[in-house]
Amino acid sequence: MTRIHDMGGRFGDGPVIPEPLDAPVFSKEWQARALAVTLAAGSLGLWTLDASRHSRERLLPSDYAVFSYYEKWISALCNMLVEHRALSRAELKSGVADDQPSPLQARRLAPEKVARVLSSGGPTERENGPRPRFSAGDLICTGSGQNQRISGGHSRLPAYAAGKKGRIIQCYGAHVFPDANAHGLGEAPEPLYCVAFKAGELWAHPEHPDDEVMLDLWQSYLAPI
Amino acid sequence: MPHDSDNHDQPHSLLPSDPALRVKALETLLIEKGLVDSETLDEIIDTYQTKIGPQNGAQVVARAWSDGEFRDLLLRDATAAVLEMGFYGRQGEHIVAVENTDDVHNLVVCTLCSCYPWPLLGIPPGWYKSDAYRARAVREPRKVLAEFGLSLPDSVAVKVWDSTAEIRYLVLPQRPAGTEGWTLDDLATLATRDAMIGTGLAELPT
Repeated sequence: MTRIHDMGGRFGDGPVIPEPLDAPVFSKEWQARALAVTLAAGSLGLWTLDASRHSRERLLPSDYAVFSYYEKWISALCNMLVEHRALSRAELKSGVADDQPSPLQARRLAPEKVARVLSSGGPTERENGPRPRFSAGDLICTGSGQNQRISGGHSRLPAYAAGKKGRIIQCYGAHVFPDANAHGLGEAPEPLYCVAFKAGELWAHPEHPDDEVMLDLWQSYLAPI
Repeated sequence: MPHDSDNHDQPHSLLPSDPALRVKALETLLIEKGLVDSETLDEIIDTYQTKIGPQNGAQVVARAWSDGEFRDLLLRDATAAVLEMGFYGRQGEHIVAVENTDDVHNLVVCTLCSCYPWPLLGIPPGWYKSDAYRARAVREPRKVLAEFGLSLPDSVAVKVWDSTAEIRYLVLPQRPAGTEGWTLDDLATLATRDAMIGTGLAELPT
């Protein structure tokens, strides 16, 4: 089973509404603040990017469905700050910080470091993963899409591509495994592959038999056929 | 380490429900606690409003249109190719470029969240993050493209790239005819954000 964020292929969403190319990056000022607060708080180093993605996925489905994009970000951020004891429920309730100086202050991202932090990124490729089991052209079948270690845990095999046959296009090397890393279980790098699926394998009524969907999938999601 | 909290009492419910007040309340607390600096927030916003955006990706596309060697490198090792132009960073650590041809049209989506090549295209537009785009781009890309005004003939296969890992995809659109001898800066004006996501084609010269 999956969570509400895993919406690829879902029916009923209506048309996509394009925006002009010159539309502002943030349509409202609070959206820009939400992005900036999330990035700045992330640089405290309390959680991984995988954990922060999972925190958005763990919002209540009833909240996820009605929150706009940056409301999801800010709400998930708030939950993580409390889970990691950077803020307390009492502080959220009162809107006033308690008198205890936070031991995390030394980690605060300084304005002069923003450019360096944003431009250095966080590559996920690792040298120390297991050897690739598959080569370009190999046929594979995907697993269930459920996190094998944590019930309801983070995973990157979308439900629409679970239990489907695909073809390996290429191996991208070993990458940090989100199913482990999102849960504090270490990076556990695994070979990551680009896998092609025929539209007719994924959908009962494909638009065109030659169309394909390509997904990036970790080795343990795949079995040979 | 918390990994799940399926309860109906999530901490965010203690914040005001209005989104602007919700962000303000959290920002104010974090500043009071000394965990976030207001100037840092301004700097991050300025970076993505003025310094990092689709103008970066457009320079990459223009160069690939003009320089065959660079195009080959871009298609072989896009991370190295764009780094050569100074583009690297958060949400763009591993880049792959996919080329549109007469037979193949590429389209990029992230069905699970909103992954997007930030150093090349900046912050994704609202529709890229919408439920409708995330849900439908993989199942009915041709209908979605038609909503952007792009109708593809049956002779063109559609490849949809669902960014499920940390690889970020850049579509290399086809160079429009009638642009022979154009400068890089002029070519870059034709490589729009939507053309580099795949929901559009490069603009035609006027």
